[in-house]
Amino acid sequence: MKFKTKYEGPWADASDMLVLPVGEWKSQKPVVKAAKCCHCGTCYLFCPTGCIEDKGRYFEANLDYCKGCGICARECPVKAISLVRA
Amino acid sequence: MDMELKSNPKLEIMEGNEAVAHGARLCRPDVVAGYPITPISSTWDHLFKFKADGLLNAETVAVEGEHSSMSVLIGAAESGARTFTCSASQGLFFMFEAYVNASTLRLPIVMALATREPNGPQGVSSSDQDAVMVKEAGWIQIFVESVQEIPDSIVMAYKLAEDPQVLLPVSVCYAGFYLSYLYAPVELPEQEKVDQFLPPLVMNPRLDPAKPMTASVFTNGNITTEYRYKHLAAMQRAKTKLDEIDSEFQRVFGRHYGGQIEEYRCQDAEIILLAMGSCTGTIKVTVDKKRKEGLKIGLIKVRMFRPFPKERLARALRGKKAVGVLDRDVDFGWNCGSLFTDLKVALFDAGINLPTVNFIDGLSGLDITEEHIERAIEIIQQAAEGKIPQEVTWLSLE
Repeated sequence: MKFKTKYEGPWADASDMLVLPVGEWKSQKPVVKAAKCCHCGTCYLFCPTGCIEDKGRYFEANLDYCKGCGICARECPVKAISLVRA
Repeated sequence: MDMELKSNPKLEIMEGNEAVAHGARLCRPDVVAGYPITPISSTWDHLFKFKADGLLNAETVAVEGEHSSMSVLIGAAESGARTFTCSASQGLFFMFEAYVNASTLRLPIVMALATREPNGPQGVSSSDQDAVMVKEAGWIQIFVESVQEIPDSIVMAYKLAEDPQVLLPVSVCYAGFYLSYLYAPVELPEQEKVDQFLPPLVMNPRLDPAKPMTASVFTNGNITTEYRYKHLAAMQRAKTKLDEIDSEFQRVFGRHYGGQIEEYRCQDAEIILLAMGSCTGTIKVTVDKKRKEGLKIGLIKVRMFRPFPKERLARALRGKKAVGVLDRDVDFGWNCGSLFTDLKVALFDAGINLPTVNFIDGLSGLDITEEHIERAIEIIQQAAEGKIPQEVTWLSLE
């Protein structure tokens, strides 16, 4: 028998876990115009992956986790977010 | 494939889950209720689109979970409706209480099960584990090999479920991912022929305000024992009934699948590989290859897993030199696969003493490759020569 893990069940060290580079899945990415952002946090609340980070004066997606769904751009009340080809 | 498509204008390319939805639609169900789960979710897209397009004249109920979907169907079926749902893995387990109720109430519900690995670990991928875990729940389970076989089997499943000599729910099990998302050429059964093949459901008795009856009230042991005896007897009748339905299906639609089992190049075979589901397609290719090399090997594809086709298996295996069983699941209590334990009982019952070996492969979306099947065949050959290295071989862990 050839075993690959030392564990009996579905446990893994965090470093050995299967980490999917989900940020690579996107075909388009959100770009924020920082000056236009009113810092309301709507994008932060709506993002299904929870990848929006508070940068102090504006919010911005962490592109390592953003899948490019575009919900933030759609919901932004001041249209500060646009989607561009990733 | 291009040639095939040109030579048969009736062929359409469709996804496995779409073939499920067409199969259900063609049987004109009265009530369809379900909840999406990978890998059957797109079936609901297709069914609700059929309804919106006027192709499905059914009450569609978008429920909040699988326990409710089966409960909706139980009520509907008790009142005489033809019903349909589909599910997989965690959804099936969440449905389980109602699932058992459906069979023990003897309701002819049909469901499609896209077989999937249950958690844990998080197994959003293919295997037969969910289906074999509910094997003793009183349902009839039919495993299919191809996308074409899905709608055909759904039509046959209704015919079997609604037979007055059977009256049992039927689950058509097709490999999640491998078939649910596979786009393949399909010749759909023609609607007029399905209408002819499958007359409207007549439930008797049924719940009817004009003639009030009750179902499943508290029942004592005497009567429950009688119900269980009758349930088991109906399961046994379903076996030859499926063979008859398969022959009738061939007369009407021109396609057939062997009923309870399909014997592929078994006539003069000395050794047999036994399996079920989508991997039997790859096995057929490998058997053809080995036949060219002069090896007398055949495949038995188990279509009807519950009730277990022990009589036909015994007939097919008598006189063979060895049999290997490929399982895409494990039997936690027997240290092997589920199909393997069943086969051993069937062989013992028939008084057949044959070297038997088991292979476990294809768990959680692991491909059952030609190389793995060739390795399995090599071990069956060794078994036929009286050399059994070990009873169970985990092909991917060797």
